[in-house]
Amino acid sequence: MKHFDVIVVGGGHAGAEAAAAAARMGARVALVSMRRDRIGVMSCNPAIGGLGKGHLVREIDALDGIMGLAADEAGIQYRLLNRRKGPAVQGPRVQADRKLYRLAILGMLERQAGLEIIEGEVVDLVDEAGKIVGVDLAEGVRITSAAVILTAGTFLNGVIHIGNVRRSGGREGDVASVRLGQRLAGFGLDRGRLKTGTPARLDGRTINWAILDQQPGDEMPVMMSFANRSPKVRQVACGITHTNERTHDIVRSNLSLSAMYGGHIEGVGPRYCPSIEDKVVRFADKSEHQVFLEPEGLDDDTVYPNGISSSLPAEVQEAYIRSIRGLDSVRILQPGYAIEYDYFDPRALGPGLETVVPGLYFAGQINGTTGYEEAAAQGLVAGAAAASSVLGRDGPIFTRRNSYIGVMIDDLRMRGVTEPYRMFTSRAEFRLQLRADNADQRLTSMGRDVGLVGAGRHADFQKKMANVHGLRDCLANVSVTPAELQAVGISTSRDGARRSLLQVLAFPNVCWDQIVPLVPDVATADEATRSQVWCDALYAQYLDRQDNDVAGLDRNALTPIPREISYLGLPGLSNELASKLERFRPSSIQEAERIEGMTPAALVLILAQCRKFASLKAVHG
Amino acid sequence: MGDTIFALASARGKAGVAVFRVSGPIAVASVGRLCAVPERMGLRRLVWGEVLDEALVLRFAAGASFTGEEVVELQVHGSLAVIRVVSEALLAVGLRPAEAGEFTRRALENGRLDLARVEGLADLVDAETEAQRRQALRVFSGAIGARAEGWRAKLIRAAALIEATIDFADEDVPVDVTPEVLELIETLQAELRAEIAGSVVAERVRDGFEVAIIGAPNVGKSTLLNALAGREAAITSEVAGTTRDVIEVRMDLGGLAVTLLDTAGLRETEDRVEAIGVARALKRAEQADLRVFLLSAPDEELMMAPLAGDVVVLGKGDLRGDGVSGLTGQGVDELVARVRAELEARAAGAGVMTRARHRYAMVAAVEALEIAANRVRVAGAELVAEELRQAGRALDVLVGRVDVENLLDEIFSSFCIGK
Repeated sequence: MKHFDVIVVGGGHAGAEAAAAAARMGARVALVSMRRDRIGVMSCNPAIGGLGKGHLVREIDALDGIMGLAADEAGIQYRLLNRRKGPAVQGPRVQADRKLYRLAILGMLERQAGLEIIEGEVVDLVDEAGKIVGVDLAEGVRITSAAVILTAGTFLNGVIHIGNVRRSGGREGDVASVRLGQRLAGFGLDRGRLKTGTPARLDGRTINWAILDQQPGDEMPVMMSFANRSPKVRQVACGITHTNERTHDIVRSNLSLSAMYGGHIEGVGPRYCPSIEDKVVRFADKSEHQVFLEPEGLDDDTVYPNGISSSLPAEVQEAYIRSIRGLDSVRILQPGYAIEYDYFDPRALGPGLETVVPGLYFAGQINGTTGYEEAAAQGLVAGAAAASSVLGRDGPIFTRRNSYIGVMIDDLRMRGVTEPYRMFTSRAEFRLQLRADNADQRLTSMGRDVGLVGAGRHADFQKKMANVHGLRDCLANVSVTPAELQAVGISTSRDGARRSLLQVLAFPNVCWDQIVPLVPDVATADEATRSQVWCDALYAQYLDRQDNDVAGLDRNALTPIPREISYLGLPGLSNELASKLERFRPSSIQEAERIEGMTPAALVLILAQCRKFASLKAVHG
Repeated sequence: MGDTIFALASARGKAGVAVFRVSGPIAVASVGRLCAVPERMGLRRLVWGEVLDEALVLRFAAGASFTGEEVVELQVHGSLAVIRVVSEALLAVGLRPAEAGEFTRRALENGRLDLARVEGLADLVDAETEAQRRQALRVFSGAIGARAEGWRAKLIRAAALIEATIDFADEDVPVDVTPEVLELIETLQAELRAEIAGSVVAERVRDGFEVAIIGAPNVGKSTLLNALAGREAAITSEVAGTTRDVIEVRMDLGGLAVTLLDTAGLRETEDRVEAIGVARALKRAEQADLRVFLLSAPDEELMMAPLAGDVVVLGKGDLRGDGVSGLTGQGVDELVARVRAELEARAAGAGVMTRARHRYAMVAAVEALEIAANRVRVAGAELVAEELRQAGRALDVLVGRVDVENLLDEIFSSFCIGK
């Protein structure tokens, strides 16, 4: 019988990142997937990144994770979203060649020391005195471990709907995990049902590209990983077309045949990813909806029509798709479908995504999220937490202040989900500081400290920061008068006040060419360094204010709350608040603060209990 | 180190002396704009535009105060008018009204609180709950409640428009939301400025508290009012349902300005005019600061539930032997004492600080909106969004927390998001 430190069940985006993270931490890891050739599969759209999501990818990358690297191996069209807005809200995004992406992930996992890939279906968890100590495979094989991370995606009791046809399945072409679903039900965890959908896949050779608009990638592509500078493979454009009234008529007149509208689906779908049925019904006054035609790969003719997911019967899908300009004689390779699956209430999870069942971790859609990036980020969190727990070391700490990862984990744990959870930049209250461009500044050193970041990555980071600090200091040390600025064409209020060039850099519409004459040393700084210094300078003035906003509490935000504290019967706490605290078991004052109905005075009480506990401990050891 | 905060530390203002406590790094500097702060203690004249009051000013050095921070205490005369002008001056010099429990928390953080006394903090929580409840009642029951709802909707809409252009840049959302956002911001600013200018905020102290007398028909409400007012302000008669409209009488109740409301008797009625009177009575009674329930019998079922602090007494005491009677004056003094005690507590405690806090909130919001409006034209959307968030956080206490989910709700119901 084989034994590992950590077993990861599932080879999707959560599983791959979890296994890689645990192994980087030094744990002996097994990744169990039904099929090796399904590891790293993109089940839905062939793209990685975007707004909020691109931030997550950069954070994973800053911690030496694999998603960003794989995306760059497979990147066939790069677009930096919000390029014309400030760097805080720019999100790198890439169209990825499905096969290249899958192979890149598999390759990195295969090369990762301490990581073994095992093909098999996990049908049961092994528990010993209430602790999870391994998994049983369908073939009767048992493997044991100190921790198990479950990344079941949409496979737990997955049901696929196309029109009124429904069948069990975890994804098109894959079986659902029914036995495992039953097993988990036995743990008494709160379970819910969510729904998501995917559009039909089209044969690109049957699309009339000549009459369609093209959307090319950026001229200056921005990579997903900090480690890369330029695309690795040939770049392509996406096509753009639109639905029309005829499309909408077809959808409308067949609504009752849709699984969604026919009442076959109980799960809750995401509002930001509506099916074509939803769009036609909810926005009846719109005469067209945009459809992006995204190539799935360089040597693959499959095209993903982004924007028309549906659970209508296959023949209706064909009819409405063929009503769209450029698609009149298109061949459908695979119809779109809706899928329902189980998730577990993430409010019961710990900060490392550990469940209340000792030794068992959850990551990805099983926690109620949607999206590759959200899944991968959770995989990294769970992988690092499980490994650090098994190895008896400190793991990374993610907070709302240091990362989008922290925002997501906190949202999931404190608020739970009512629809599949997706990252948006508006979820991050410290958005100006949590940028894609500075993910490494926020996380790489911490990652290095806990053993998540390798020596090579860290050395590159240090080199980069040496350049950035050099240029920053250089600018900070030169102060100029309004008259001197005027001389190089920078207008400012003529108050006679001297300003450092670092401050000047944050003025709107100031460019480097204007700065260089004032401090010639700058001329030698490379473009990447300049760009980084500019991004950092731009928001510097907001740092202080955001710090002030949280000043009252922040000093104590990270104060850990000992697990031993009992809230019930704590004088002064309302019963309602006490039972919420008992249930959520916040691990820090910051988490306690986010519990609904929490009051400042109650926080003081908790803080006082922490102090009291600490002083008792100091006395009694 | 946090910012500098102030609060009214004394429980009851009418008792002669009111104590303001100021704590934080700029405590001395801020109070120094009102008077020369003594080394330890001294009598000082507080001046802000005009002379506010003669105050005993005490100074505690950082490390030697209750909170552990630099602290200045102002002991002023306990009248409502003085409390109001002093708190407004403290706001004006840039201090922030303390949140409930904030002084204690700072004391704890700075190691100034004996841990053995931690259980004593239980009282603090009760006090806070009570203050919040009253504050919510106060803010959301009157006209300001409806206005706050409008502010909230405008804030959410403006922020949602900006966020939509940020988070859904590659979706089918309007590219230029500037005109609508600007209009929303300007309307909000104008309304907030009007509010700050004073009508509603100062209303309570200037116009006094509203006390509604309610009860079944012919239980003696109007007679009681007349007895309290000392003149025949309401028409009394033996016929049930005589008072069909709401009658207001202004009077002085132990130094507090009070408007007494005599309302139609509460009962199910076929008479349309009387029914309107009853509905109006209920509405006014709900909005009043305090209600005096006159019961016709001890087991009478009330048409509205008394709120905390309300006074419930038996009416027609002359016929019964116990209870209150406007006719004979029986029980009237006790009733007046109870009403006065309740109103004084509110006026001196939560009342003034609540107003100060609201004013602070509105001023901060207007500032943030000003910056947001300037930025809409020139800067990145993320910076406009930042100021709108700031405005939202400032108005939190008035309009409730504006959450990202509120923005997403607005976005998804306005725009067809989703490729």
